[in-house]
Order: sequence, then structure tokens, then C-alpha cells
Amino acid sequence: MTRFYRALLRLYPGSFRREYEGELSAAFVQRVHGRSAAYTFLAALGDVVPNAVAMHVEILGRDLRFAARAVMRAPGFAITTILVVALGVGANTAAFSLADFVFLRPLPFHEPDRLVKLWQRTPDYGQMELSPGNYRDWKAASRSFSGFAVYSFQAANLVGGSEPRRLDVVKATPDLHQVLGVPALIGRPLAPADSEGVPVVVLSYALWQTQFGGDPGVIGRAVRLDGTPHTIVGVMPATFNFPQSGTDAWTPLVFREENYEDRTDTYITGIARLRDGVSTVQARNEMIGIAAQLAKAYPAELEDVSAWVLGLRDEVSSSARMLVLALCGAALCILLLACANLASLFLVRATSRVRELAVRTALGAGREQIIRQLVTESVTLSVFGGVVGIAVAWATVPLLARLVPQSLPLAASPTIDARVLAFAFALMIVTGLVFGVGPAIGAGKSNGLELLRAGTRTTGGRTRRVRAALVVIEISASVVLLILSGLLIRSVWNIQARDPGFHTQHLLTLRTALPPAKYDSVARREQYYERVLARVRALPGVERAAFITGLPMVMRGGIWGAGLNGVEPPRTGSHSVSLRFVTTGYFSAMDIPLRRGRDVENSDTQKSLFIAVVSESFAKRHWPDEDPIGKRFSVAFSERTVAGVVADVRVRGLEQESEPQVYIPYRQVEDGSLVGYLPKDLVVRSELPASALLPSLRAIVKEADPEQPVSHVRTIAQILEGETASRLTQLRLLMTLAIVGLLIAGVGIHGLLSFTVSRRIPELGVRRALGAQVGGIVRHVLGEGLRLAVAGVVVGVGLAYVAARGMGALLSEVKPEDPATIGVSAALCFATAILGCVRPAIRAARVDPIQALRSD
Amino acid sequence: MTANRDDVDDFLPLPPATFHILLALVEGERHGYAIIQDVEARTDGELRLSAGTLYRSVARMVEQGLIAEVVKRATRQDDERRRYYRITPLGTSVARAEMRRLTQLVRLARASGLSPETT
Repeated sequence: MTRFYRALLRLYPGSFRREYEGELSAAFVQRVHGRSAAYTFLAALGDVVPNAVAMHVEILGRDLRFAARAVMRAPGFAITTILVVALGVGANTAAFSLADFVFLRPLPFHEPDRLVKLWQRTPDYGQMELSPGNYRDWKAASRSFSGFAVYSFQAANLVGGSEPRRLDVVKATPDLHQVLGVPALIGRPLAPADSEGVPVVVLSYALWQTQFGGDPGVIGRAVRLDGTPHTIVGVMPATFNFPQSGTDAWTPLVFREENYEDRTDTYITGIARLRDGVSTVQARNEMIGIAAQLAKAYPAELEDVSAWVLGLRDEVSSSARMLVLALCGAALCILLLACANLASLFLVRATSRVRELAVRTALGAGREQIIRQLVTESVTLSVFGGVVGIAVAWATVPLLARLVPQSLPLAASPTIDARVLAFAFALMIVTGLVFGVGPAIGAGKSNGLELLRAGTRTTGGRTRRVRAALVVIEISASVVLLILSGLLIRSVWNIQARDPGFHTQHLLTLRTALPPAKYDSVARREQYYERVLARVRALPGVERAAFITGLPMVMRGGIWGAGLNGVEPPRTGSHSVSLRFVTTGYFSAMDIPLRRGRDVENSDTQKSLFIAVVSESFAKRHWPDEDPIGKRFSVAFSERTVAGVVADVRVRGLEQESEPQVYIPYRQVEDGSLVGYLPKDLVVRSELPASALLPSLRAIVKEADPEQPVSHVRTIAQILEGETASRLTQLRLLMTLAIVGLLIAGVGIHGLLSFTVSRRIPELGVRRALGAQVGGIVRHVLGEGLRLAVAGVVVGVGLAYVAARGMGALLSEVKPEDPATIGVSAALCFATAILGCVRPAIRAARVDPIQALRSD
Repeated sequence: MTANRDDVDDFLPLPPATFHILLALVEGERHGYAIIQDVEARTDGELRLSAGTLYRSVARMVEQGLIAEVVKRATRQDDERRRYYRITPLGTSVARAEMRRLTQLVRLARASGLSPETT
């Protein structure tokens, strides 16, 4: 039992235990003499535990008061430390919260790891939508899945609820929610029975809140989607964002027999749940096999069409992935910098306190007490810094929303994760401990008196080498950051310099997507378009206006095959074109130059010759050496004659190659055919600001059709900005990190050289006394700083080259070894290094020989 | 060594354990367990200091200079290991001051018509 008591004594602070161990045991033994074992056991606990806790609290309080006093004496040190910790914790928490959100956190579905997406794959397109025919056959033949649903996107006008609104609807086979395994918040999700009877609709949480005021009685209510009555059967929870954030509602997708016929009509995406024990690769192999059999059965349509199966989480484009990874890399660089700087700060502080510690040791303070004191100090500072860092992360994380890939079924804004926070915090405390206490332990080991006698000089040599190494690390980390942000800046410049193919200023656009059921004939649509266009064009200040199926960079798909001699080839490879229906005046409104022939005209009707206006690249592809005007080709179920040639535009955005473009007069289509291509985006060229123009535009639409919602109001310039928005966000972050890194490195160099100079004041004094010139001494100090800078830059450039090659996908028309970027970054580092040298050099130059020799 | 009045007042009010330990040492040097026994006897068993509480107080009181360890060890065989403590002049002043404080308090209570017996 005494042994138990002695073991418990370890709870006391060591110095107390060592001092009173024997006395405590003796007194305890006498006190419990003759008592039962249980009593002794409880008495031991009741004796030691509360007293030990009380003692620790007492000592902590004393240490904290002492730490506060020490910090007050050196506020510069405290503020620098807190800022450095805040930076490290803040940057890393923000970056890793984003990475965790994008890559790691489980998606909000039942067993999300077993969900996969299914795509068709051709030599040209790694991931392409499926045709209903292929879906039916794939589903019937596959054994890998316990459920297999498909969906497609459709925008629809909602009438019912507060006011007409444009919705992003997902039409899905009714087993979708079953495959995902997510129950409805209220009511029920889609169910297999929904493929028959009155159409139903399931609302997203956001739509339920905004359009129906969160009314639970909404279940069973009738609304109209594009004119068709639907019954609301359920509301999904706020976390459900499938297939992507911003989806407003889900309706059943039902195939009729004729939908299965055209195997090149690919517009649905597959989502399936793997059966127990089946891996993604196994499923992929099975599907590739099935696709190969289908290709044999339908050689004309499915030649080269294979299958691809991909985990739901892997649905992130390589550049989106790279954006996040690059940010994490940068944050790690900052962490490295922060740690190196902390180490440097604590090292120099410990060195400058050797004398103080030696005095305290001489006055009887135990080694344990001194270490305890230092731990309290560095942890206190780290905690303060950590708290500021969390505030920094809190403010930054919402700004990172633009970096969340849109292809993921996630809500758009990442949140700070407690695990990441704890990790960053722990890291900082560990750094503070290792570098704040390590030197003290070293100091504590040596004989106190010896240290007292030696002053600050003895520990200088090793500390200085460690600090020099830390400065080199700091410089190389900031070189890496500078070079990477430099390369990304040049990439953005290159992308922004690309000509989109149209004029971007003074163009306002909005969307009025006509419900195909209501506007089921060209004649009805003509009424709407001509009425709206005539009134818009008559507005004062409006120069030109037109409608198109979808704006470049907004609608990137709409790809068809176009061929000569009456053959309509598959929509792949060298046959593909992007198809748009336009009203008159589209090219002049967008300032797309007309190269040959004529624009679409009002006389191009269902009864006249079917014509098309094509882009230069299309003309060049099919008739390289001939005049394309009057030539004939087949596209989208009809034969067309080329009436005009216009310049190319970047339909797929600034970063991707685009297919040649084919524009068709909106009147030249069979009623009921190609309803997905009805012109919906209105472009208006006007020098008036959007705010002045918009009320009149809304009034014109309302007058033409009161049930028609207006959506997607923005300027073309905004669309273009959106092209580089995620890059710019990332760039700003990287630049901020790079500048901060450079500052830290500068402070590091300054600190090191100040330390060196102060340590060498006697030596410099001797030199001066022996006749050394001031210039020589200044050169000496500067030389030391520059040597460190050179070492750091060399290491940094090497590392940056490796990193830049890793993120090649993000670099646009700029090579990882870009000399200008490397040159500027290195120059910035040298400049910082020299700035860091200035004060120490001046101090060295001002050393008074007499005083220096006397002082020590 | 005469204690300054202000220094003495800084210690007041004394924690009960500290006051009792000082009282136990007024009569002479004692070792730890003897202090425990003394306090217990003096309070009719109402206050039984545990070993931890005693030495925690002792450690603080030594640091504060209220008591001191007696360098000379007792001669008896079984007490060889034991440390003895004595009260210092400061400790005596502080104990007196605490006594004055308590007396004053009791006087005030009496003056307000309160009596310790419940009626």
C-alpha cells in the first residue's frame, strides 16, 4: 500500500516530491496505521490528488505572472512571436480546411465511398454523357452495381410560390435518391412509382426556404414547371447538393421507347452504387467489356465508344485539384517559414537569457523550475498566436469558396474543421516547446556559474550556425513561394491576353428561357422574340440586341457532328461543332466580325432554304481552298447551306480549345425538334449601366409574357472575369503568402545579423582599434547576409523548379524555368536580404573601439 | 529580525491549516507527524491534516519564512529520518496578528448582540 502511495506521489511537482517524499510517506503510514486496506487506498487518493492539483495550479499561476512580466519587458519579441504563430496557424488552417473539404470529408450520402459515376469514353472525350439506349443496356448487363440511376440537367420555369423563377432542375430516374441513400427532410424523395401518374417534384432546402418560406405544408401542393403541373412530394435536407451545389429541384426522368433509339444522343450521366466487395476498378473493367460488346452490335454509332467508371470523390478536374494542392503547398511553405522563424526567435531569446537563467540557478532555482517557466512562456505565446491565427482562418476560409470545384456534390462554402485547427495549433505549440525549451535544457545542463562567468559568448557559435541554417530555410521557402506565384501570375496574364473572339465591353445579358411546352411552335416563339427585340432595340441608349441558345463560356456543350454529302457523322473528333440558334443581329451585338457572306436574316424561315452561318475554322476544316459560301453540309437532322462566315469565338472558355461553331436561324427548325436549343440568352449592347437598363428590360419581358422569369443577369465582362476568378483567388492568396514569407525571411536575416554583430562588438572594436576601415566592416556584415541569401536562393530555385513541374497543369504558356520569373524572385530576395543587413551593418560601423573593449 | 507591520498584514487572513501549524510550533520544535497529532488533539479531532496538506503548507511556509527547518536532527533512533520545524520570529508575528484579527472579529460579533450558543 505504501508503494501505491509512493507511486501517487509522482503527481506532485518534482521538486516538492524530491524534497518531502520521505516525510510524506512516513506521516501517511503513521496516519493510516491499523486501518483497512480500502480506507488506506481512499485516504491515499484523497490526500494526494487534490493537493497535487492545487500545487500545480499555484505554480502555473506564478509562472504565468512571471511570463507576463517577461513578455512585458520584451514586447517586440512577444508581438513578433504571436504574429508568426498566427500566420502559420491561420494560413494552414485555412488551406487545409479547404483541402479537407474538397478531398477528405465524407460526402453527405450513405456509404459515399461506394458511389461511382459512369461515363461514355471516346478517344476524344475522357468523360462523356450516356445515351438512354446505352444506359438501358449497361444497366441490364452489369453485375457490379446494387443500384444504377441516371440524370440530366434541365432548367425550368417555376410558377407557384412567391414569383416566377428560373430553376436548375435535375431530371433523374426515380431510383436516384435510393442509390444515394439520402432520406427527405420532410415528405419523401423520388421513388420508383414516380415514373407514372402526375409528375412530382422534390425541392431543395434552399428553394423551399426562398420560394415557399420554409412552409412544412408545402407537401402535396401543385406547382407548374414550364407549364406542366407537378405535385411537391418532398424537401431534401440542406446538405443534399446532388449532383452539384445550386440544384433547385429533382423531377423524375422517364424514357419512352423512342428515346432509346438514337445512341449518339448523349445527355445523361450515370451514378451507381457498387455492390459489396466490388471495387471501382472491377466495375470499370466490367463496363468496358459491356461497352465493347455494344460497339460490336452497333458499329456505326458506337465505334470507339467505351465506358468509364470513376469514384464520386474523384470527380475533380486536375486543374481544380492542383489549385487546392498548390495552396496547401504554399501554406506548408509558410508553416516552414513560421517554424524556422519561431525557432530563430526562441533561440536568440534563450541565448540572451542565459545570463538571467544562470543568475536564477545560482540563486537556487532548480533546472525543473526554469524549464517549467520557459514552457509556460512559450506555450502562452503560442496559444495567443494560435487564437489570432484562428481568427485569421475564420476570416479567410469563406474567401476560398471559389476554389471548391463545382463538379462536387458539396455546398459551396467550406467550413473550418476542428481537426485541422487542432493540428495547426498542436504544431505551433510543439514548435514553441522544442525551440523555446530545447536551448534552455542545454543551458540548464551546463554549470550555472560557468555560464555566469562566460556571459553570452560561449553558446554563440552553435546557435549562430543553427540560426544561419534557419535563415537559409526561410529564404528558400520564400523563393519557392515567389517563383510559384510569379509563374501563376504570368499564366493568368497569358490567359487574360487571349482574344475571346468578341467584344466584351458594354454588353449586358440576361436569360429568359421559354418553356418548350408553352412555346411549342416557331410561330409562337417568333412572337415573343420579335416583340422583345423590337422594344429592346427601341430603348434609348441601346445600340443592338439579339437572342442566342447559349453564350460562349456559359454554354460550353451543345456539340454535334457535322459532315458533307448528306452524311451526319458522330459528334466526335474532327466532325464536332458547337451548335447555336440565333436571332438576327447576334454577331453585330457581340462584335463578332462577319468575314464573308451575310448574317442570319428575318427572311430565313421554315419555308426558305435552310442556311447556316459558320465560323472560319469550320470553313477551313471542310473547304480549305474554296469559297465556303453556298457549300452544303449536314448537321442536327437537316442539310444546310453556308450563307456566311464569321470569326471564331472561344466557346469553351479561355483555357480550352473550342470546336468550330455553326449558327442557325432560330426559325429554321421543325416544330418540336431540338427544344433544348431554343434561344434563351438575350445580349444587349448599350453604354448605359446595367442598373439603368435592367428595369426597362424586365418590364419588356413581363409585358411580352407575365409568367416568364428573368434570370442570369450579368455583363459579358463579368462572365469573362469568371473565367479567371478561381485562378485570381488562388493567385491573391499565393501572393499574400509569398509577400508574408519574404517579410518573415527579412526579419530572420535582420535578427541573425543583429545577433552576430552584437556578439562580435568586442572583436569589431579590436579591428577598428587596429585600423580596419568602416567600409571593410560594413562589407563584412553585408557579405555574411548575402552569402546566406545566395544559399537560400539556390536551394529555393531548385525546389521551385520541382514544384512548378508538378503543377504543370496550371501553367499556361510559361515554362517552369521561366528566367524572368526566377530573376525577379531572386532579385526580391536579395533586396530583402540587403534591407535586413542595413541596420546591423550601421551598428557595426558605429562601434566605438574604446567602449567595445571596455564593455565585457 | 523584527517584522514590519505591513509585511505581516500581507499574510492575513491566514489559511486555517497555516494558523494551526503555527500554533503547534509555538510550543516548540516538532516533526511533521507530531504537528498532525498536535492539531488533531487541539481541535478535538475536528481538523485532521492529511500528509499532503501538511507538507504543502509546510513547503509554502518555509518559502515564506514563517517556519524554518531545524538543522539539528533528533537523536532518537527511529526519528533519524525526520525533519523538525520551528517557528520563526516572522511566523510568531504573523500568528499574533492573526490572533488580533480574530479577536477583533469576535469582539465585533459580540457587540452586535450575537452569541455563540443557539437559544
